[in-house]
Amino acid sequence: MSDATTEEEERERGQERERTEQAMLHVSNLEKRFGGIVAVDGVSFEVERETITGLIGPNGAGKSTAFNLITGVYAPDAGSVYFRGENVTELRPHQLVDRGLVRTFQISRELAGMTVLENVLLAFDEQRGESLWRPVVPGARRAVVRQERELIDRAWEILELFELDHLAHEDAANLSGGQRKLLELCRALLTEPTLLLLDEPMAGVNPTLEKKLLARLHELREQGYTFLIVEHDMDIIMNNCETVIVMHQGQVLARGPPEAIQEDERVIDAYLGGEL
Amino acid sequence: MSRDVPVRCDGGNDSESRDEERANGPTNFLLNGNARPRWLNDILIIGKATVVVYGVFIGLGLAAGLDMNGIVSTLQQVTLLAASFALVVLALNLHWGYTGLFNIGVAGFMAVGAYTMALVTAAPDATFPGLGLPLWVGVLAGLVASALVGFLVALPALRLRADYFAIVTLAAAEVIRLVFNSSALHEFSVLGVELGTGGGQGMSFPNLRNTVSRELLYVGGDPTAGPTLFGRPFMAVGDRLELSPSVVEGWVYTVVLVALVAFAFVVITRIGNSPFGRMLKAIREDELVARSLGKNTDRVKIKVFMLGCVFMGLAGIVWQGRRGYIDPNLFLPIITFYIFIALIIGGSGSNTGSVVGAFLFAGLLFEGPPFVQRIVDATFDLPHPPTVYDGAVALGDLDPMPLLGYAVGELPNLRFVLFGAVLIALMIYRPDGILGHRNEPASPIDLTKERAPREREHAVADGGEEDE
Repeated sequence: MSDATTEEEERERGQERERTEQAMLHVSNLEKRFGGIVAVDGVSFEVERETITGLIGPNGAGKSTAFNLITGVYAPDAGSVYFRGENVTELRPHQLVDRGLVRTFQISRELAGMTVLENVLLAFDEQRGESLWRPVVPGARRAVVRQERELIDRAWEILELFELDHLAHEDAANLSGGQRKLLELCRALLTEPTLLLLDEPMAGVNPTLEKKLLARLHELREQGYTFLIVEHDMDIIMNNCETVIVMHQGQVLARGPPEAIQEDERVIDAYLGGEL
Repeated sequence: MSRDVPVRCDGGNDSESRDEERANGPTNFLLNGNARPRWLNDILIIGKATVVVYGVFIGLGLAAGLDMNGIVSTLQQVTLLAASFALVVLALNLHWGYTGLFNIGVAGFMAVGAYTMALVTAAPDATFPGLGLPLWVGVLAGLVASALVGFLVALPALRLRADYFAIVTLAAAEVIRLVFNSSALHEFSVLGVELGTGGGQGMSFPNLRNTVSRELLYVGGDPTAGPTLFGRPFMAVGDRLELSPSVVEGWVYTVVLVALVAFAFVVITRIGNSPFGRMLKAIREDELVARSLGKNTDRVKIKVFMLGCVFMGLAGIVWQGRRGYIDPNLFLPIITFYIFIALIIGGSGSNTGSVVGAFLFAGLLFEGPPFVQRIVDATFDLPHPPTVYDGAVALGDLDPMPLLGYAVGELPNLRFVLFGAVLIALMIYRPDGILGHRNEPASPIDLTKERAPREREHAVADGGEEDE
């Protein structure tokens, strides 16, 4: 009898571990309070590898806070975050980026006083010239310049792809809202991520470019990238995501394929208001 | 397809060449647009500032009837002060201009460098004894100590937001000054070695300026032994212009300082124009973005803070420590604010601006007014009323001379009014300083000359030139 229980427990634990290891991202019982407000209240979900997962919910549902907890900007009051099977709850943002977990911001955070080209060049990972002494010492600087040449060429490629090349020398402060979103996406992709957390990536982007970007996202997903997207445009979520997670008042209300979510009574009550 | 995409400025050659013009911008065209490389431009700008300041002093000197020895000596003093300022303004530019670290404790880090050198080099049998080691050991020890103190201050301070960071640096600088001022360190012993800062009395140690200039000028540092290879041209010029040996020695030390400024300029410019400099700029603009792009900003900030402190320590040694005597009053917070004024005049974020600002501030604003006062006193017989009231009363009798005389007599104090007036004028007409508006992308390659591959096919591009 006792043997059977242990076996069962063992199997359950094994399944749990397997789930944690298989999923790209596994969030477990995440909790964060600001003063008296519980912004995120015991949130758990997984993001499967090579999928586009949508995270939706009304304003104040805790989506952005969840993003900040996952990416290490805030420290959670409870719960943990597993990225590719590794517990990354305590890690700092730059350490998460090194492991391939990268995010963009809801309100674009372009580096206003730097040109678009500089913004893009900053993003490249492991630049030789990011040490203090190499750019100063005469011989070593040559290698820095050589790498910079390569980086500039790659920067032009991605700027053309996102149709920002004609703005390369503008200060990022002069870009429109949509262009800033593009610039952020550009930068995020250049850090060589495996999982990208995009906070309202399509807000302010015109429909044609939006279509192109979505096509680009699907391409990237086929190449092995994984996406977790917060978005208010229901059409985008329902047409492009394999899985949708609905948050409401700091908790996960529902999780499933778009069709199921659209028919979920609780979701319709809480959020969609019967529109769909 | 591109018809529907407003962000893309599609079109023929016409619109593209216009784009290019816009990308270059009018300011770039004026300051950077000609084919001259960036560094040559910078030297020309610094040269112009030097000519202006020298011109003013030569003109004033001639008007006062100074002889050649007097004029050359005056220029030497101005250059020495300007170079000292330039060194520490460059260091502050690395902190504040590039990285946005609002360090208002500059004087404290200068004090660490100068006092460490003093304690290491002062004779063991002096009133306030030191270790009696050679000067170069003292200078090195001063630089290492500045770096270490910078590290200690950086550890807790860099976790704070900009304004709190400023308070911590100011407090640290005052703590450092008060420690050297305290009677506890008047005389003390460490591991049986007697040391002493002299507290408020200050302490003496071998004269850095004389030692350095004589070592360079004379064989074996002995004025009777004849000039060295390096000293020969100085002596030749000195003989031709009939300069006194002390003026020639002063110039040798000044040249050493200018060389140090050039070294700091090259080092900091190379750091600024590199991927490391790009991270500094990103930290200044938005640190969270830099972290979200995988940059370990804490380490970067500590490194850059320590390096800046080393240059500040160096400035403290060669500037305030040059006379072989220091006391805590040389490191009052007002020094920090002078340095900030110089940086604001030049334009924070620009190394060329830092040097130009240091030159204009030290030359025209700081040394200029007392010099004018001395000349006017020596040349004209102005009345010297004891208070401004007497001058104002005399105005009633339509006699402006007493008021003018009072103003000239008070010129060294009136320059503080001048500082304020200049700052207000700058805020209104030139908020970025003289050169702060310049577009200087952080990269070892001049990015302003880069052209998109699409544009390169059309334009005869001069891009791709590497600025090494």
